[in-house]
Amino acid sequence: MTTKAEVLEVSVWRGSADGGALETFEVPARESQTVLDVVSWIQQFADPTLTYRYACRVGMCGSCAMMVNGTPRWTCRTHVQKVAEGNSLRIEPLRNLPVIKDLAADMDPFFDKWVEAEAVHHPTGTRHDPIAHVDADSGARQAADAGIECINCAVCYAACDTVAGNADYLGPAALQRAWTLLNDTRDGGGASILDAVSGGGGCHNCHSMGSCTQYCPNELDPMSAIAGLKRETVRRVFRRRRDA
Amino acid sequence: MLDFRLYMAQRLTALIMAPLVLGHIAVMIYAIQGGLSSAEILGRTQGSLFWLLFYGLFVLAVSIHAAIGIRVIVHEWAGLKGAALSALTWATGLGLLAMGARAVWAVTAA
Ligand code: FES
Repeated sequence: MTTKAEVLEVSVWRGSADGGALETFEVPARESQTVLDVVSWIQQFADPTLTYRYACRVGMCGSCAMMVNGTPRWTCRTHVQKVAEGNSLRIEPLRNLPVIKDLAADMDPFFDKWVEAEAVHHPTGTRHDPIAHVDADSGARQAADAGIECINCAVCYAACDTVAGNADYLGPAALQRAWTLLNDTRDGGGASILDAVSGGGGCHNCHSMGSCTQYCPNELDPMSAIAGLKRETVRRVFRRRRDA
Repeated sequence: MLDFRLYMAQRLTALIMAPLVLGHIAVMIYAIQGGLSSAEILGRTQGSLFWLLFYGLFVLAVSIHAAIGIRVIVHEWAGLKGAALSALTWATGLGLLAMGARAVWAVTAA
């Protein structure tokens, strides 16, 4: 579908935590226009009260994610031409998160779960120690490297049907970060990470549906990271047996 | 909702069930060759410790496996949680176990 039409029909979700509805705007179509350009145009030329969030505009900060025609996307790097249905766009706040206002979702539950998953650095040295040697070729380092480019945009979290059905589930981003730290030789939190991802909302709730991996704008693979966590939690039980 | 313990219980019972399912199907196919009456089948199963253990273990594994599966579905699709969800899990498991054990006993008791 190309958007040769001069004007885009854009329905934008307006409202707050108490509810809201779609409002339609007509936005001039431009070549190489991104979805974020469209939202910014509306805010600048049609309705200055429209609330949304962005910072870098180049796919690094992870703050501009929204639902575009029902699919979670980083809007600053999503071309309208690629996602418009005919000449219409439907833009809504990220799924699976509470709304603050209009297109700005409340990211608190998302980041609280990173902490809950022990996806925080557990230092093993101090600034007085020599710089840790990291073997770039080791399997563990490669497993960590595969997941560290996460920009915390919450697209995976919005895409995940397990999050939608199970509010306690930690979600793909937090679990993937837990996995990269588990594989980082400089992180000393192995046991507490495995404990944290084994609870009621942990990695074992994942059904491997793969929406996280399919929609991650950075082409990361949280589903495999979560599978890695499941494997390690099981291995740990047998390791304990042997050591006992 | 599905913690490590429940996850392992469901995986391990699946491991137990896999060969038992195959054994069950194989016996079904074998048993009806040439037309076998229920009296003849009962003649072989009644008083058999082997079939008591085979189907007893099967029923136990199914009860645990299915109860956890139902728990996940009901939580994600119907939003049931907390004590009510636990009660449903136990009721499903114990209900299946009671019905299954009764059936196993009916065909294996001497
Ligand atoms: S604005 Fe920074 S990732 Fe889109």
